[in-house]
Order: sequence, then C-alpha cells, then structure tokens
Amino acid sequence: MRKHGDALLTAAVWLATALVVGAFLWLLGDVVIHGIGKLDAAFLLDAPQNAGRDGGIAPILVSTLLILVVALAVAVPLGLATAVYLSEYAAAQLAKPLRVCLNMLAGVPSIVFGLFGNALFCVALGMGFSIWSGGLTLACMMLPLFIVTTESGLSAVSSEWRRGAAALGLSRAAALWHILLPAAAPAITAGLMLSIGRALAETAALIFTSGYVDRMPESLSDSGRALSVHIYDLSMNVSGGDAAAYGSALVLIVLILAINSVAVNLTERFLQARTTA
Amino acid sequence: MISMEKKWCAAVCVGLSLCASAWAGGNKLVLTGSSTIAPLALEIGKRFEQQNPGVRVDVQTGGSTRGVNDARTGLADIGMASRAMKSDEAQVLVAHRIAMDGIGIILHQKNPVKNLSDEQIKQIYTGQIGNWREVGGEDRKITVVNKAEGRSTLELFLHHFQLNNPDIRAHVVIGDNQQGIKTVAGNVGAIGYVSIGTAEYEQTHGTPIQLLPMAGVGASVANVREGKFPLSRPLNLLTKGTPTGLAKRFIEFAQSAAVDDLVTAQYFVPLAR
Amino acid sequence: MIWSRHNISSPSRADVLLARLSGSLAFAVAVLLALVLLMLFKESWAVLASGGWARFFAGEGWFPSSGQYNLWPMLWATLAATLGALLLALPLGLASALFGRFYAPRWLVLPLRRVMMLLAGIPSVVYGLWGLTVLVPLIAQWEPPGASLLAAILILALMVLPTVALTSEAALAAVSSASLQGAAALGLSRKGIVLGVALPEARAGIFSGALLAAMRALGETMAVLMVAGNVVQTPGSLFDPVRVLTANIALEMSYAAGEHRAALFASGLLLMLMVAALAWLAGKRGGRLYA
Repeated sequence: MRKHGDALLTAAVWLATALVVGAFLWLLGDVVIHGIGKLDAAFLLDAPQNAGRDGGIAPILVSTLLILVVALAVAVPLGLATAVYLSEYAAAQLAKPLRVCLNMLAGVPSIVFGLFGNALFCVALGMGFSIWSGGLTLACMMLPLFIVTTESGLSAVSSEWRRGAAALGLSRAAALWHILLPAAAPAITAGLMLSIGRALAETAALIFTSGYVDRMPESLSDSGRALSVHIYDLSMNVSGGDAAAYGSALVLIVLILAINSVAVNLTERFLQARTTA
Repeated sequence: MISMEKKWCAAVCVGLSLCASAWAGGNKLVLTGSSTIAPLALEIGKRFEQQNPGVRVDVQTGGSTRGVNDARTGLADIGMASRAMKSDEAQVLVAHRIAMDGIGIILHQKNPVKNLSDEQIKQIYTGQIGNWREVGGEDRKITVVNKAEGRSTLELFLHHFQLNNPDIRAHVVIGDNQQGIKTVAGNVGAIGYVSIGTAEYEQTHGTPIQLLPMAGVGASVANVREGKFPLSRPLNLLTKGTPTGLAKRFIEFAQSAAVDDLVTAQYFVPLAR
Repeated sequence: MIWSRHNISSPSRADVLLARLSGSLAFAVAVLLALVLLMLFKESWAVLASGGWARFFAGEGWFPSSGQYNLWPMLWATLAATLGALLLALPLGLASALFGRFYAPRWLVLPLRRVMMLLAGIPSVVYGLWGLTVLVPLIAQWEPPGASLLAAILILALMVLPTVALTSEAALAAVSSASLQGAAALGLSRKGIVLGVALPEARAGIFSGALLAAMRALGETMAVLMVAGNVVQTPGSLFDPVRVLTANIALEMSYAAGEHRAALFASGLLLMLMVAALAWLAGKRGGRLYA
C-alpha cells in the first residue's frame, strides 16, 4: 500500500513537470521557428529601419540594458534594506501595516504604474520620457516582489543562527552580512530572478515612461524603447512586423538566460561561499 | 577579486558620465499621439533628422486623444491624431493632413462569402444575423470582431453605418489593427474591420484574410487615393495655432512628396496631389 | 538575551548605523507606496465623490458614455480568470518544485531551474502573441470565438507557473536537512518525507509564493487583453469572451476623459484593495505567513 502511494506521487510529479516543460517547449519552439530567420549579427548591431521591420535592434538592446541597470541599482539596495528592516528590526505593529502596503503595491496593475511613473517622474520631477523615468518606475514595480521574497528568506532562517551569532559576540550587522544573508541566498536569488524577469517583461509601464523613441540613447535622460515595447509595437501595431517581433523575442529570451546566469553566479559566489552548511 | 567598494565607485562614475545630457535647447521636436501614425512619424522623423543634422525628433505614443490633449497643453510640439478633429478641438488646434487611411471589412480567406451589402453588415454587427448561411455562406456561427470604445476606427465605422456602440453585439473586442487581423486569420467564421493598407499587405503576404468591397467599390489603396472608397479617415498632425520654426519645417516636410514612399511603406495612402 | 528580534540595544556602532539606514530606506519605500495610493485616490476622486462606491456595483453595465460604471461583469471575469489560473498553476508549479528537489536526476535539476527562470522573464506580449496565434485558433475550432475565459486561464496559468515554482523551490531548499535526514532515518518513504516533512516545513514560503502568483495573475494586462475577447459580460461558460479589469484599463485609458478616466482609476484602486484583502486573508488562515 505504501509502495503504491509512493509510486503514485512519483508518477504525478513526473507527469506534472513533463506537462509544464512541454508547454514551455511549445511556446519556445513557436518563437524559435518564427524568429530564427531574423537572427544574425546585423540584427544585433544595426539600428531599426522601416519602422523596425528591417535593420536591427542595437539601440533598443542598449536602452533595455540601461533601464534594467537603473532599476536594479535602485531596487536592490532599497529592497534589501527594507527586507532587513522588516525582518530584523521592525516591531510587529509597524511591520504588519508595511507588509499589507507592500502586498497592495504588488497588486497594482502595470498600466497604473505606468501612469504613476509618468505623473511622478516624467511630469512632476521633470524627467520627461527618459531611461531614468523608465528605470525608476520599474524599480517601484520590482520592489514589492523583491522585498517579499527576500524577507521570506530571511525569516526562514532559524533563530538558532541568530542566537549563535549573538553568543559569539557578533554585532547584528556582522551577523547579517556573514550568516543570515548567505543563508537566505536561495530566496534572495529567486526574488532577484523574478524581479529581473518582471522588469524585462514589462511593457505597459514603459510605454508611458521610457517611451517609444528607437534611437540609440546618448544619455540616461534620453527616451529609449525597451525590447518588450519594441516587440509589442512590431506585433500589434506595425503590419509585417511579425518576423522582427519574433526575432526580438528570441533575443530577449537569450538575454534573460544570460542575465540570469550572471546574477546566479554572482549571488552564489558572493553569498553562498560564506556558509559551510 | 575587485572589492565591492571599488565596483560601486566604478558604477557610480559610469552612471554619472552617462547623465551628461546631450540635449541641445531648441532643436528637439516632440510628437505624441496616435499609435497608428507613430511608425510613420518615426520614419519621417528619421529622414528629417538626416537632412537636418543636429535636430532631434522624438515620437511617443498614447492614443489620438492624448495627441490632442498634449498639443493643446503644450506638452508636445505636435500631436498625432488618426481622425478628423471635433468642433471644439478645431477652435484651438490646426490639423495638417499627411496621409489617408481606408477602413475595409475583412473575412477569413476560406469564407465563401465574397460580398456583403451595407444592410447585411449592419445586421451582422447588431446580432440579427448570427450564422453565415443566412448571407449565402456555410453553416457556421459568425464571430463579430469590434474595436474598443474610443478608437477612431470604431467611431468612423459607427458613423458610416449609422450605429451606436451599445447596439453592437460583438464576440471579440480588439485594441489594435494587428490584433484584429490575427483574430480573423485564426477563425474561419470571423468578420472584422481594419485599415485597408494593412489588410492589403497581409493578404499579399499570405495571411488568410480577404477584403470585402463596400457599396460596390473594391477595397484597395488605389480607390482610397482616388476618393472612391466610402470609408476613409485622415491622418493628421495637430498644432496649437499656426506652427512656426522647427514644427513648421517638419510639417511641410511631412506633407511633401519627398515622404510619399515612406507613407506607402507603412501601407497608408499618400495625399493626392 | 541581547539578541531579540525587536531589540536594537546592541552596542555596536555598525548596528546603530544599520538600524538607522535600513529604517530610513524602509521609510522611503513606505513613502513611495503612499504616493502611489495618493495618485490613485486623486485620479479617481471625481467619480468617487459623486456617488461613491455604490455606482460601481449597480447599474446596467459598463457604458461609460452614458455614465454607467457597473464593474460586476468584469469583476467576476477577473476573479474567474485568476482562480482558474491558480487552480492550474499551483499544483503544477509545486509539483515542478518537488520534482527539482526530490525526484529529478542530478543532471536535470539545474536545467529545470533555468527553464523556470527563463519563463519568468518572457514578456507578457510574447505569451499574448503565442496565445493569439496558436491557442485562440485552437479553441476556436472547438467552440468559437476562441478568445475566451479558457484562453485567459491557460495563458495566466502559464505565466504564474514560474513564480510558484521558483518560490516553492526556494522554500523547499530552506527545509533543514536535519529534518529530512531524520525522516529518512525513521524509515519514511519518499512520499512520506515529501508530504509529511518537507511540505509542512516549507508551507510558509510556498504560501507566500502562491500569494505572489495570485497578485501577478490579478495584475496581468497585456497577455489577457490579447486572448480573452474583451467583451464586457459576466462569464457564463469557459468559452465566453470576457474582459478583465486590467484589460479594461489598458483598452480605455488612452481614450477616456473626465469621469470615465476617474472610473478607470477607481477600478485600479479596487484591484489594489482586492490584493490587500487577499494578503490579509492569507495571513489570517495560514497562521504566520512569514515564518
């Protein structure tokens, strides 16, 4: 009887995973089939021509990366600090409403964030359509996700470790740096991956903040089209843009793979090397 | 391994250097508005930049209404609107037409129906006819594809067929042209309406759709240019009052024959000269 | 004991600095949230002031041109799509995480995780495009019009799967090996270890992941807009075209003015409240959401 239950669960788990991977391969296969024809060195190095149907996506890649860097540079420190505060310092009465607010923020639709970003960064702070506006808006969107996952990870670290650190005379900061954060590394990494994914995938928010201009940005206050906006425009707005849309999607997928690998490597080297558990 | 501090310093330095803006005072033109016109404006802007070094033309989207509002408030130098102006708008803004766009009914290629009268179209869209066999086709449910409220294409469609939006019984509501084309191309029983130029292009490139003639006039870019086709709309650049300086030069450029090839490349109809 | 979670009387200077720094940054984040909320309230004030929330739950339907702002059909559609997506994504995502942690052969673990990370980063446009060109025609052959609640559920499920899988995996990774080894030492089968030890211990993290997934599903705009049909009606069957609240905002925001625009922002506010309610509920039922 016990054997059957075990086998059943094993089968269920294998089946479910196969289903998931199968669906993914279907989607990816579709993108590859339609987009691989477009992929060559010129596509990656040239500027778009003919409304994006011909030419390449070089300026768009640069804009996307700049927006991502700005977003990460703002969201990661802020997010880590807030998560640390929530998990280590905040009294229960303060933490609870803050968490509720964070959850609410995570539930705001992306287009509303776009309008918020437009109203705050583009208009009120005078940045106009720019990479700054796009990056900061994305940072706002990434924060709840990143904070929630990081805090979840920090909270999951057993109090034993904190007591052990105190017993050894470590200051709280030292304990965080050397023990707690490394121990929470998987959660932090997961949060980072999800946040980066969310940032790269975001379309609606960026249309209203970093804009539509497909020229190579000369500074962070220039308007720059993100890759997701480009894919949207090509597939939904420009007739005959499908091939280029799929090609761009393929490039985006490769970009995500690359960024994920780099981020995972960094966090592993940085954080996990410090734990021996 | 470089220390964390040094890495941060380097990053900050790079960041600050990137902040040095290359923006030069009065040499930038900002256009916002219709996403239909945006690709065309982008290409015209690029050619204008090539011919006028040092000038920058930034195009942003957001919809025709946004183009109107931004032109009015001055947030944009030029607004883009894919429709004729309303009376209250015409008092403040000046419209400069740069192209025309026809709107045609599309069906799936495999649909045997080749012609629909205005009355039949009205009945299909209000739900009175629900099956293709009632208009001479196969026994198949009709999937009515309508545009979302507020779009200029919808308003034109409603005006031409003397309908009100609440009367329409749609099965699928779409936002952009391409969504309409893809929806009809994926459903043999679908009927929708899109820009004629776009539909012509898709047809010649193998997408399984067909354009229907309207009131006996074939739906083609040529017919729209000659003014024969009943359902068409202007693509306008809007300015607050008479344009001056850079905006004036740009609009004159956009209305000239020098950009006719760009207009046709985006599957719109160049102005008849 | 010097160390208690809410005690900052540690004498180290670094600690004081850390406390102040993290506190002020957390405050900055709180200010940001307040700004977003403020903006939402400001923009929706026009319609809330003249009739309050009652307008959104009564009336003939969503007819902005005649001042009717009944949100019920779209609310039902949003709830149905999210619930359906979660029903699919939670078990499948959890199963993938379990697979990666307990069942997969060594060489499969990393590629599987990379696949999930990849899926998390694909833009909604690509999901929507695939849905529009592959899924919707497929469903249309079965039952027109194809663009329907079912399409929305399937696409949403696919989109939130990575969130569930990744967070569940992180939670499972945090399960102490002591517990797992102890269970094995006691002779529990793999099923016993998984169901009896790992899952309960990782419960909080998995719950948190499920919550994130629900929030993502509620807030998703682009992909659902492309595949759901966007007809404002209460869904009667899986094959009915529906319009969710987010798609409604996206479709109409560019062209809305005055009261209509305010109504759209108010629906955004409603979404936020729904999410907050969800989080509060989750916190109550799941005991301590954050272990």
